[in-house]
Amino acid sequence: MTLSTETYGELQEIAARYPEPRSGLLPMLHLVQSVEGRITPEGIEACAELLGITAAEVSGVATFYTMYKRRPVGDYHVGVCTNTLCAVMGGDAIFERLKDHLGVGNDETTEDGKITLEHVECNAACDYAPVMMVNWEFMDNMTPETAMQIIDDLRTGKEVRSTRGPRVVTWREAERVLAGFPDDLADEGPSAGPASLVGLGIARERGWTAPASEQSGGSGRTADTKEEAVEQADTSRAESETKQVDDGTGSDK
Amino acid sequence: MTDVLTPVLTDNWDAERSWTLASYESRGGYAALDKAFGMAPDAIIDAVKESGLRGRGGAGFPTGMKWGFIPQDNPKPKYLVVNADESEPGTCKDIPLMMASPHTLVEGVIISSYAIRATKAFIYIRGEVLHVIRRVQRAVQEAYLAGHLGTNIHGSGYDLDIVVHAGAGAYICGEETALLEGLEGRRGQPRLRPPFPAVAGLYASPTVINNVESIASVPSIIANGHSWFASMGTEKSKGVGIFSLSGHVKRPGQYEAPLGITLRTLIDLAGGIREGHELKFWTPGGSSTPLLTAEHLDVPLDFEGVGAAGSMLGTRALQIFDDTTCVVRATLRWTEFYKHESCGKCTPCREGTWWLVQVLAALEKGQGTEADLDLLLDQCDNILGRSFCALADGAVSPVASSIQFFRDEYVAHLTHGGCPFDPAAATVFAPAGATA
Repeated sequence: MTLSTETYGELQEIAARYPEPRSGLLPMLHLVQSVEGRITPEGIEACAELLGITAAEVSGVATFYTMYKRRPVGDYHVGVCTNTLCAVMGGDAIFERLKDHLGVGNDETTEDGKITLEHVECNAACDYAPVMMVNWEFMDNMTPETAMQIIDDLRTGKEVRSTRGPRVVTWREAERVLAGFPDDLADEGPSAGPASLVGLGIARERGWTAPASEQSGGSGRTADTKEEAVEQADTSRAESETKQVDDGTGSDK
Repeated sequence: MTDVLTPVLTDNWDAERSWTLASYESRGGYAALDKAFGMAPDAIIDAVKESGLRGRGGAGFPTGMKWGFIPQDNPKPKYLVVNADESEPGTCKDIPLMMASPHTLVEGVIISSYAIRATKAFIYIRGEVLHVIRRVQRAVQEAYLAGHLGTNIHGSGYDLDIVVHAGAGAYICGEETALLEGLEGRRGQPRLRPPFPAVAGLYASPTVINNVESIASVPSIIANGHSWFASMGTEKSKGVGIFSLSGHVKRPGQYEAPLGITLRTLIDLAGGIREGHELKFWTPGGSSTPLLTAEHLDVPLDFEGVGAAGSMLGTRALQIFDDTTCVVRATLRWTEFYKHESCGKCTPCREGTWWLVQVLAALEKGQGTEADLDLLLDQCDNILGRSFCALADGAVSPVASSIQFFRDEYVAHLTHGGCPFDPAAATVFAPAGATA
């Protein structure tokens, strides 16, 4: 089945956001997933045709990034963080329990097409460990029991809300937002979860603040020269960045 | 004397609807922009240099100096790209910042773009954080409607467009040249340098790539003055930073403090290690920074202090593990992560991380011999410094440092015939008093 004219139009709209259309490819593939439920050969062809590149080039990109799925994804993609910190804090136990409960393995979908279960890498919410993502919304401070309850609610069609976000939309709807077509949910949910505010709360209690403007303190004594910067840089990455002082003209050394 | 905690970037996170333009402006938001427009672009670069701000994405390179590398005589367009691909295990500061106060970032993008004379900026956000993307999309939209973006901003004659770009799942895209590949619609594989992005970055044009927290720090530096920023922190590590405590502490969370604070102070503020347990090991700046132990509690958490202790400040991602945690299990899991996320471009990384996992997985099961520890270190030696980017270097950090500090624990797996720890005891839902 080919994509609709409307989808073609939106794919073109994405490409037009960028100085060079190919930059739109990642969001375009998100849009393909939102209409097709996965990356389909038709979606790949459409992107290739619109960008004037080969289907092989588009496939190469689609297979590189983990959020792109070649098999149909359920209405709800459930990602359990099993990177070290979450795993230790209980993510491994949660993932095992959900696999048992749903009767699926990693990256598999339940027969009713509702839930796709996957273990995911660090999702930048370690202060809320163990973390589970539902359609890439945060479900903070999970236990095996609360995670199972969420799954059951999703399967029975009850409304599920993110602990730091809105009611959970479907995976396809989420993919549309990632393609750069916002829904109207930005104002839902809190500013921050409790852990994000812990330090601020302590500062408020104790009356701690940053100094007032332009307090004396002199200028920064960070590197003024490339040699000093190299000396100060504490990773090889910073060091290699530093070398551009020498290589700034682009000439080979 | 500066206070122990100094909320600057986090200061408005508890405000009502803090993510909205109305809330941000009610607290003086976008005033720094007018001040910036009253300055010459080079004066802004100088102010950021003088402030001592060093990159908050891990490498610690002076931000103003990075901006100064942009060759202004190059006729091509200049670009600012914000690295919002926060994925380093343990790192969780940019995501709450963008969720609670996306306008801080947007204002920073405008001032920074003006400084480097870019008229197009991109915010590359990892795709796996839907609500954060919504908030940034909305903030950019609000900024356009209010005249903070678009043409002739605030009547300054300066034009800027921002594109919010969602990634699609790839740790490697946190590496700046891989990020550019992703932003150009390609597989996220790092580029050989030189040329550096400042000379030939996005579309081979001069490009500055900065971390979210670096860019978000710019409005406060412009508003309050560079010497205000430089009055905080330590001699060579100026200013404030968000410290992210996670794991086995009573109150994990975000703590914004001058650089140089110690883990001892932070753990005290966090209520201590959870009841009945003690600190075993921790990462100062994500899993790519070598592990430290209880003997390093008083190390100043600045670039120099952590470096001198044999690790790196990185992203101030303090993952805290107590005595119930098996360091071999932790290391194996991190190594599996690096293996999974290796982009495959460089052989030492692609093959080396695979081999590390093979050896570690066997050791974790109690198989192999003590000589395998030397084999691991030899593999590390063959990976470190032999790839295009820092992913491979990061991958060896937990392996080498865990063997350095916990060799006996590896050996215990061999004598015990497997892992001597009970993983249930390490979980947050472990029964009270559970021991390893």
